[in-house]
Amino acid sequence: MSGRHGIPKSRWLPAYVTVYLAFLYLPILLLPIFSFNNAATTTFPLAGFTTKWYASLWHNTALLEAARNSMIVGVSVAILSTVLGICAARAITRYRFRGQRAATGLIMAPLFLPEIIFAVSLLMIILQLGVELSLVTVILGQVIFCLPYAMSVLISGFGGFDRSLEEASLDLGETAIGTFRRVTLPVVAPALVSSLLVSFTVSLDEFILAFFLSGTEPTLPVYIWGQLRFAAKLPGVLALGSVMILISILLLTLSEIIRRRAEHRLRAEGALNA
Amino acid sequence: MAVLSGTAVEHRPAHPPKNRLRWTASEEASGLALISPTLLYAVALLFLPILIVVAYSFWTQDYLTIDRTFTLQNYKTALGEPIYQDLLMRSLVISLVVSVVTVTVSYPIAWFISFHGGVHKNLWLFLITVPCWTSYLLRVMSWKVILGYGGVMNTGLLSIGVIDKPLTSLLYNSNAVVITLVHSWAAFAILPIFVSLEKVDRSLIEAAHDLGDNKLMSFLRVTLPLSLPGVISAFLIVMIPTVGDYVTPKLVGGKDGVMIATAIQAQFGKGANWPLGAALSVTTMVIVSAMAGLVVLGLKLLVRMAK
Repeated sequence: MSGRHGIPKSRWLPAYVTVYLAFLYLPILLLPIFSFNNAATTTFPLAGFTTKWYASLWHNTALLEAARNSMIVGVSVAILSTVLGICAARAITRYRFRGQRAATGLIMAPLFLPEIIFAVSLLMIILQLGVELSLVTVILGQVIFCLPYAMSVLISGFGGFDRSLEEASLDLGETAIGTFRRVTLPVVAPALVSSLLVSFTVSLDEFILAFFLSGTEPTLPVYIWGQLRFAAKLPGVLALGSVMILISILLLTLSEIIRRRAEHRLRAEGALNA
Repeated sequence: MAVLSGTAVEHRPAHPPKNRLRWTASEEASGLALISPTLLYAVALLFLPILIVVAYSFWTQDYLTIDRTFTLQNYKTALGEPIYQDLLMRSLVISLVVSVVTVTVSYPIAWFISFHGGVHKNLWLFLITVPCWTSYLLRVMSWKVILGYGGVMNTGLLSIGVIDKPLTSLLYNSNAVVITLVHSWAAFAILPIFVSLEKVDRSLIEAAHDLGDNKLMSFLRVTLPLSLPGVISAFLIVMIPTVGDYVTPKLVGGKDGVMIATAIQAQFGKGANWPLGAALSVTTMVIVSAMAGLVVLGLKLLVRMAK
């Protein structure tokens, strides 16, 4: 089906890649462009430069409240999903046991499910149990959503780990916990940091679960959703959106740098050992 | 980026322990013990809730009380009412079109990175995935800004004189929904295809060339079949989640772009008919899974024919 595209006409393939990258990036670059535009509408030609939309963000208490909520949720989700991810990733990469495939499948399932369906199912069980909707319910739900991402990062981090180091440590009389702390942890630390950053980013941008489960305490995406009804609020939303996109890109870049440094180091050590 | 690409990797211990003492000290017990917190969490907050949705879909609601006698009435409504039929049909068509388009336009990118990425493969993957990690809601909003009546596309085209009056056909229809979703899911299609292309043994392609296949033939007979697992994952990872997309149809779909998620959400909001909402959810999942299964089968057949 995509056969024709796969053939290297080295002349047009780079052109295609360029067009594709433009398609990916232009919509994201538009938000910052219009957030500095001195007009309340998003039309060309641009009407001059202003930073007033950014300045207005600081005096908006509802927005600051939502930002605080997002921080609380993001940090909690990052820690919880990384801790749960460590258990699962470690179990999968270190041991072999019956039901391993099924267990992994269940934890990874949110990648292959329409988000609205597990949002709705969580909402039902939470209301059934008589629990109030709050930031706690958002955190509980988002951890399920972030676990597959945390797991992917952690599995690839743990996978490159040379087990003979651990065996040596155990043979030399170190306890299992001591081995994890003194041998395993330093090697897998970059994967942990990477997992924390990725989970935080996913949580910061997650909308559907927050929308269904947040009750009266909106996170930033839920706040933005509420503002979209008012055309006059658009420039402020664009400024806020640009800040959020910048934060996401910075966190992801950081996580990628940490991961790649660790990869280089592991490779260098592997070469030395060999 | 390692995310997603790691999902397919499974690591088996190279040396199973030689002396198994008791089961509690065995590898199996250790593995189960270690994974149990995560597994229990997923069972409690993913598996059980889904079971409850399935259960609810066979019950009925009378104002605030739930009648737990088994009934198929909700499914009759979900499958019989024209409005739900239309929404379901449109959601399925949109998710099929989105996944076909996404996989088709993404394959050459994955191919390019895998075969021509050189030492910068990771950097390429990072560049491709970054936009997909930024807020989904904001990306949809940005498409609204692009395609709107007074939006970037219209005002841009007007000012350079390509059109005399703004086009109204850009926003608030299924096409806008498809474009936005293709943009959203691009990286999710590229990563699995890339991973499977990386596993293709390059010497097989050379062998095909040496044996007289031209580039197209060697692609169809060697590269494509070997990368099929990645293409299939890409299909599943795009098609199944998009069928239940809520934000995109709401923001850019207009009246003609409404999808099933809006109807599901309504049953949990003011409309408050949980059993019907549950039946709509289950119906959507079952049908989209069946459709995904058919697509996978079809792909396998196509590739077999190409050989």
